[in-house]
Amino acid sequence: MSTVKRDWPLWEVFVRGKRGLNHVHVGSLRVADAEMALGNARDLYTRRNEGVSIWVVRAADIAASSPQEKDPFFAPAADKVYRHPTFYDIPDGVPNI
Amino acid sequence: MELTERFEDTIARDQRIEPRDWMPDAYRATMIRQIAQHAHSEIIGMQPEGNWITRAPSLRRKAILLAKVQDEAGHGMYLYSAAETLGADRTELTGKLISGRQKYSSIFNYPTLTFADVGVIGWLVDGAAICNQVPLCRSSYGPYARAMIRICKEESFHQRQGYELLLTMMRGTDAQRRMVQDATDRWWWPSLMMFGPPDGESPNTAQSMAWKIKRHTNDELRQRFVDMTVPQADALGVRLPDPDLRWNDRRGHYDFGAVDWSELKRVIGGAGPCNAQRVEHRRAAHEDGAWVREAALAYAAKHTEGAESAEPAAPREVA
Repeated sequence: MSTVKRDWPLWEVFVRGKRGLNHVHVGSLRVADAEMALGNARDLYTRRNEGVSIWVVRAADIAASSPQEKDPFFAPAADKVYRHPTFYDIPDGVPNI
Repeated sequence: MELTERFEDTIARDQRIEPRDWMPDAYRATMIRQIAQHAHSEIIGMQPEGNWITRAPSLRRKAILLAKVQDEAGHGMYLYSAAETLGADRTELTGKLISGRQKYSSIFNYPTLTFADVGVIGWLVDGAAICNQVPLCRSSYGPYARAMIRICKEESFHQRQGYELLLTMMRGTDAQRRMVQDATDRWWWPSLMMFGPPDGESPNTAQSMAWKIKRHTNDELRQRFVDMTVPQADALGVRLPDPDLRWNDRRGHYDFGAVDWSELKRVIGGAGPCNAQRVEHRRAAHEDGAWVREAALAYAAKHTEGAESAEPAAPREVA
């Protein structure tokens, strides 16, 4: 049984506004791969030339730690930036998911 | 309970709730609903103005309108991203829009009959949106407030281009001046309805204010919009279609006439001039685009590790 990602996965976008600054998280995208993520990030987050450098990362690859933010859903694993239903690969034979 | 106390304390101190915070289920649900409907409004809002891109009367007006509509798409995207931080899935949200289970701002159910409508939308509809959105930059949910900040930075161009378009027409021919007045007559009252029902009839307001999702009531924002807009109408030389509109010295605000709330109810309920057309257009775009989504996934799968072909292709430099 092959594994099928249900939808375009979630990517997080980081932009360096200009030379000398850090990359800053600006938002997210749903796209199929890194190349699409970069192109769409350029169109969505730098329409007014607000960036010289873009990083994109699959949200599923980000580990997070935020001890002040206490939702028991995230304990004890220090992963997942947020609850997101399509982080998970579901085999394509499973109904109603 | 410690979690509830922490949540309420964060809100009481005017600090932001972030995605990994515990929150009441009702807060999560109402935020998903509000953010999703705001996102849907931006996407549907592309249609009435997109209608005029090919017919805008000069290259400059076409370029401006293209940029504005592109911005609206972007605003929808920022908001879908914010909704997803709560555990929603934008594909499901789109499904709810298409099936009528989630709504969008009633204003976009009206038609754009002339090019003057494009100007009036920028002036009045975006003006009302700005009135609503600036306070939301301090809404309690972090990702939503940050999306609002980004949106507000882009929105002032939208209002200015509309107002400038109208100024240009008002300095033109008699026919152009009549067109501007006609557009104003049609869009004024629906713009006032954008702020929602009167406070006494708005069931969600009390809880939204307690959770600092909403920072001002519907009637407060509506009054603020009227007060800001009347001098703009005077400067433009158009008459706002309300015989009861007059300055009240004692209150320090403009008095204005009664809004026809039955019209708002009808339009929200699906009986506006363009409801069916707006949703159908969105449904068709979604379904006609399915092959693109599938092709992109197939291409990506073919090029990932585990596929028979060689290494994954490195993404090219994006200009």
